[in-house]
Amino acid sequence: MISEEQVRHVANLARLGLTGEEIAKMGTQLDAILDSIEKIRELDLADVPPTANPLNLSNVLRSDEPGPELSQEEALAPAPERVDDLFAVPRID
Amino acid sequence: MPDRLLELTAYELAEKIEAGEASSREAAEIANARVEEVDGEVRAFLTPTPDLALERAGRVDARTGDRRFWEGVPLVVKDVLSTRGVRTTCGSRILEDFEPLYDASALANFGEDLVMVGKSNMDEFAMGSSTENSAYGPTRNPWDLGRVPGGSSGGSAAAVAAGEGWWGLGTDTGGSVRQPAALCGIVGLKPTYGRVSRYGLISFGSSLDVVGPMTRDVRDAALLLGAIAGHDPRDSTSANVELPDYLANLEGGVEGLRVGVITELMDERIDSGVREVVGRVAEGLEAAGAEVGEASLPHAYYALEAYYIIAPAEVSSNLARFDGVRYGPRAPADGVHEMYRETREAGFGAEAKRRIMLGTYALSSGYYDAYYAQAQKVRTRIIQDFRAAFSRYDVLISPTSPSVAFELGAKTDDPLAMYLQDICAVPASLAGTPAISVPGGLSEGLPVGVQLMGDHFTEPMLLRAARAAEQVADFAFTLKP
Repeated sequence: MISEEQVRHVANLARLGLTGEEIAKMGTQLDAILDSIEKIRELDLADVPPTANPLNLSNVLRSDEPGPELSQEEALAPAPERVDDLFAVPRID
Repeated sequence: MPDRLLELTAYELAEKIEAGEASSREAAEIANARVEEVDGEVRAFLTPTPDLALERAGRVDARTGDRRFWEGVPLVVKDVLSTRGVRTTCGSRILEDFEPLYDASALANFGEDLVMVGKSNMDEFAMGSSTENSAYGPTRNPWDLGRVPGGSSGGSAAAVAAGEGWWGLGTDTGGSVRQPAALCGIVGLKPTYGRVSRYGLISFGSSLDVVGPMTRDVRDAALLLGAIAGHDPRDSTSANVELPDYLANLEGGVEGLRVGVITELMDERIDSGVREVVGRVAEGLEAAGAEVGEASLPHAYYALEAYYIIAPAEVSSNLARFDGVRYGPRAPADGVHEMYRETREAGFGAEAKRRIMLGTYALSSGYYDAYYAQAQKVRTRIIQDFRAAFSRYDVLISPTSPSVAFELGAKTDDPLAMYLQDICAVPASLAGTPAISVPGGLSEGLPVGVQLMGDHFTEPMLLRAARAAEQVADFAFTLKP
């Protein structure tokens, strides 16, 4: 069982606000979902390598060459708040 | 009464435009009129773009010398693909007024003149199987307006089925192209992972997401795949693999092709009416010269479980970018942490929150090995299962979805029941292999999708088999409603 405290802890890790009602419902639903995926924990996979990418690509690099990209003005245009040429945020706490 | 041109496939319309017997502008006018006529009921679009379609179609018509065959055919674009200067919401409040600064690479071949009918509805951030998780309300299935179109690309599926455009693009993470295609009676192709660039596709599960065609028939899917596929230096997971001509051997038939029906995906979890249609299409392929037998994916039972760990884990990471700093709305707050929490609480819907929580939990200290690492190992097992199956068979067959379209609201309070819609689709998603859903016939008066799967980058053969399947199927595309 996932406790209400655990739900709050995970929500905090995800920087996700939840109402009291959402927290109670979330606990029940996460329990049900986790129960349904318990089966894979029964498999003995100690010697099986993990797969992160189905094509097994690794360390894909491109040449680091300057080229036309977004201007500062364009990049800042959708921001909810800006100060000069910077994204503005509330006080860092 | 729909226009005569609206009865054509995208390929046939392209031929007419090429021959000068129709214009792209005329086609755009017809699509716009059809949206006017039916979208009040179907609700396939979040942002119709009628003026843009007309203007660009006019430019395509003017470029008779240098345009490509398919350029003038109006396209429906899922609202998860970035379109420069055109609102792109991902079905979420958190991107309500977002206008991307660039186009998704999948659209690059269409250039500046992409004749787009509009941006189509979807489950929020592509998470869902019914399009009911859209913050802007559900799309309806054109076959029965009381039923869901499937999801998450339900808007594109419904628009194509209703003739609000000749073809569309969806994205598929765990079935989101194939399942809505099945439920709306159209063709949906999930290409090999990496075959189409993900640049500008707003990420859900980065190791799973693929852009795919949603079309009236298999030839249209082959044509559209050729238009969107290719290597892209802007996407490090894009495959640098030669691009074949997907139309070249499309009509080659299935003589001698080895076709395996997946035993594990034909059990009692699948509605009997759906199994019957899949069985009949397999028989039809055998009659057409294929060697049909039984195939096994022993870990298929674990694929859904692994998927519902891996996909939410990737979601919890990908959706961290929606934090009220660079774009989107921002909730007022005194400190930055409160701002993050409040912005995300107000901006995300219930399913997005559920998956962020599930993924964060599965990745958190103390649970990582038990869930995420274990799921990654199951993924390896599933790839090994496919490898073994493809040593005996060229193509594997199963249902696309365990049922036909269900009623609106039937599963919205039961996330697990909704997740079960994906059982047949997720194995190919985890393996990164290509899979296509083709309408195989009807059950309960509603379309049933048959799924065909091939090994990595075997789309030419897969499309040829799907073309044969579509020809033996008891189904012909007609406009709905």
